[in-house]
Amino acid sequence: MGKFWSILFLMVPVLGIALFFWAPSAGYWLPRDNSVHGYQIDHLFNFILVLTGVVFAATEGALFWFVWRYDAATNRDPIKFTHGSHNLEVIWTILPAATLLFIAIYQMNAWADVKMRVPKNLPPTVEVTARQFEWRLRYPGPDGKLGTMDDIHHVNDMHLPAGEEVLIELKSMDVLHDLFLPHLRVKQDAVPGMSIPVWFRAKDVGTFDLVCAELCGWGHYKMKGRATIQSRAEYDKWLEEMAVAQAATQEPEKEEE
Amino acid sequence: MSSTTFGAHAHDDAHAHGHGHSAGFLRTYVFSLDHKVIGIQFLFSTLLWFVVGGLLALAVRWQLAWPWSNMPIVGARLFAGEGGQISPEFYTMLFTMHASIMIFFVIIPILAGAFGNFLIPLMIGADDMAFPTLNMLSYWFMWPAFICMIISFFVPGGAAAAGWTGYPPLSAVDSAAPASLNGQTYWLIGLIFVGISSMMGSVNYMTTIIQMRAPGMTMFRLPMTIWAMFITAVLQAFALPVLTAALFMQVLDRVLHTGFFVPEGLIVNNATAGPGGGQPLLWQHLFWFYSHPAVYIMILPAMGMVSDMISCFARKPLFGYKPMVYSIAGIAGLGFIVWGHHMFMSGMNPALGMTFMVSTMMIALPSAIKTFNWLGTIWGGKLQFTAPMLFALSFVSMFIIGGLSGIFMAATPVDVFIHDTYFIVAHIHYVLFGGTAFGVFGGIYFWFPKMFGRMMNEFWGKVHFFFSFIFFNGTFYLMHIIGAGGFPRRLADPYHYETFAHLQGVNQFISICAFGMGAAQIIFAANFIYSIFMGPKCGRNPWHANSLEWFAPSPPGHGNFDMQPIVYRGPYEYGSPEVQSDYYPQTQAPPEGYIAPKPAH
Repeated sequence: MGKFWSILFLMVPVLGIALFFWAPSAGYWLPRDNSVHGYQIDHLFNFILVLTGVVFAATEGALFWFVWRYDAATNRDPIKFTHGSHNLEVIWTILPAATLLFIAIYQMNAWADVKMRVPKNLPPTVEVTARQFEWRLRYPGPDGKLGTMDDIHHVNDMHLPAGEEVLIELKSMDVLHDLFLPHLRVKQDAVPGMSIPVWFRAKDVGTFDLVCAELCGWGHYKMKGRATIQSRAEYDKWLEEMAVAQAATQEPEKEEE
Repeated sequence: MSSTTFGAHAHDDAHAHGHGHSAGFLRTYVFSLDHKVIGIQFLFSTLLWFVVGGLLALAVRWQLAWPWSNMPIVGARLFAGEGGQISPEFYTMLFTMHASIMIFFVIIPILAGAFGNFLIPLMIGADDMAFPTLNMLSYWFMWPAFICMIISFFVPGGAAAAGWTGYPPLSAVDSAAPASLNGQTYWLIGLIFVGISSMMGSVNYMTTIIQMRAPGMTMFRLPMTIWAMFITAVLQAFALPVLTAALFMQVLDRVLHTGFFVPEGLIVNNATAGPGGGQPLLWQHLFWFYSHPAVYIMILPAMGMVSDMISCFARKPLFGYKPMVYSIAGIAGLGFIVWGHHMFMSGMNPALGMTFMVSTMMIALPSAIKTFNWLGTIWGGKLQFTAPMLFALSFVSMFIIGGLSGIFMAATPVDVFIHDTYFIVAHIHYVLFGGTAFGVFGGIYFWFPKMFGRMMNEFWGKVHFFFSFIFFNGTFYLMHIIGAGGFPRRLADPYHYETFAHLQGVNQFISICAFGMGAAQIIFAANFIYSIFMGPKCGRNPWHANSLEWFAPSPPGHGNFDMQPIVYRGPYEYGSPEVQSDYYPQTQAPPEGYIAPKPAH
């Protein structure tokens, strides 16, 4: 039976690695990256995938080989009576430590780009306020300022210009939510009481899913929005139309909040 | 110290003989002070909860494979109001209670409560725990928790539905979660009782291991199981108070509207909620300050047990005993400074996130060292493929996957994409099911003879292993792939998103495997129950193992040992050239005239 069990353990790395080769070609993979910063994330993902893949193959391969080779039913050699090896311990402490430290340092720049280096002097493109179970959007109106009478209000359909840095002020009205744009490699919790900046640069025009990725109640699954990435001209046109439509329907009334 | 242990033991022995006849049923089996009975009580309770938690998971899988379709068999009865479908409120309750039950009512108490209780005195050569009454209370304090959890299913609004992490404000404000009203309060109170129980156990385990070891049992002759239990107890003792405080604060937020975690100006369901002044992130820090070390509380004892099983069935000493001990200690130490990696996307200062990233990367190191040493242990041995050995080997194999996938989410930029996706779900199940649960199954097959004096059926044990292993991987491995596709957790119906619509087929495959894995556990349950009554009787040491518990009768009587064990060596001297047989019990005196060689340093 030893052979049978070793083959079973061999299947883990063989099928495990085969699956990761098959999945991208079958369409099961990271969604197409439509952001300028996203390549850093994807690169790091692939880099770690290859690195862990090698370690995975080596350790699972060793496990298989030892199980195959040292089956009590077939192994005629006496056991290797040893309590360990100081040299080996040193080697397999220092090597992984150096590798892990390298990964840690290697990724710092990408993290700083997506979360720490808030663009300076960039006015917010849109203020997103999450609530159960919708995304409330507020764009600066014709006066170019947020928080004035002519702000443009919209829900769930977030229009953004392509090719430019956009800055989102992310807020929440009630519970925790999470702004997740899979194609733009953006994810950030919305926390009530906080205003969190989120910035990125979209590459191509198109419509992309906006997902709530933090449990926000029974309707969490249907808190669906979309990001409509448009060229600057179309985006400006949309804003203008919105401003006109809003002015037409709205009596001058007290500003919200 | 050794002399006092000896004296105390002799005294207790006499006591035990007088006691055996007079003790009534209640004192012997229900309110027992005997660590073995308490351990088995924990084992039965947690296995029953395992069934409950497992069924909840299968219901989750049903919804993810065929959302909004009538659930077969139980659907019509459970969800008559929805025409046999799972409602979204019910779905959030399902995954919340699945995780809560599995973590707080199965994994933690089965490791520390069941195995810790049963094994610690036996493996260190003590007649019982240091504080038997406290030990009994640690079990009976689980019962208020059990009752709270059971009641919570039947209160209006149902059981807790704010995720097992219970993040406020969703969990703290009634109107925020129509599906979790008083259920959440019951959940919190239940967890407080689990915490009290764990704390009682923890104090007892530390004291027992430090004070009650048999003569000759130095700290560095302890089996890895005991080292792991010891360090786990230390982790519990230092981390639990923080969770308890947080739980009380959330109870107060809910009941008295104190607003520890509720910020000002909240508008929930078009109504303002409370005076505010709190911070939702505070809960996350407090919760994870416990719950990250808790991940190690949930894996270290299994690592210890697996080390013992692997060495025994490889018939070879454990490779690198001291590095193994130090790496457990390293995991425990680092475990206290990595909690922030659950909060990379939470709005916490990203610079703080970066420091947590570095510490998280480094905690992979001790796990790597342990894996290499397990591989070193089976290298050059004579492996016996018993059911416990297969589970122990699969622990190593699955833990490698769970450990490596952790590196992805430790890398903060990658976490931006995979945070809260099924990649995380895959990771935690590779560690806690492929790791801990397989380790626990192995542990049950291994120590069952000592617990009940009978053997479990080997053939059916292997069948159980085979199907569990296949279906486990079928269930969870593919979650890495859909996680890479961005598939988010906790969505009752993810397929109305264009990005995830194509993943339903994979999810159906995953669910079918999950049902298969559930069905495979019936084999285990049947084998377990049958063997308690009808299994072949066994002697003291059916596996030819070295450690002290095999020196006691099977099952050991009150007071454990019929002779005082005296320890001459560590527990891993398999295949020692000093003796003819391939094992060398810790209690066996060295051959006459044998002079131990000096350690080569």
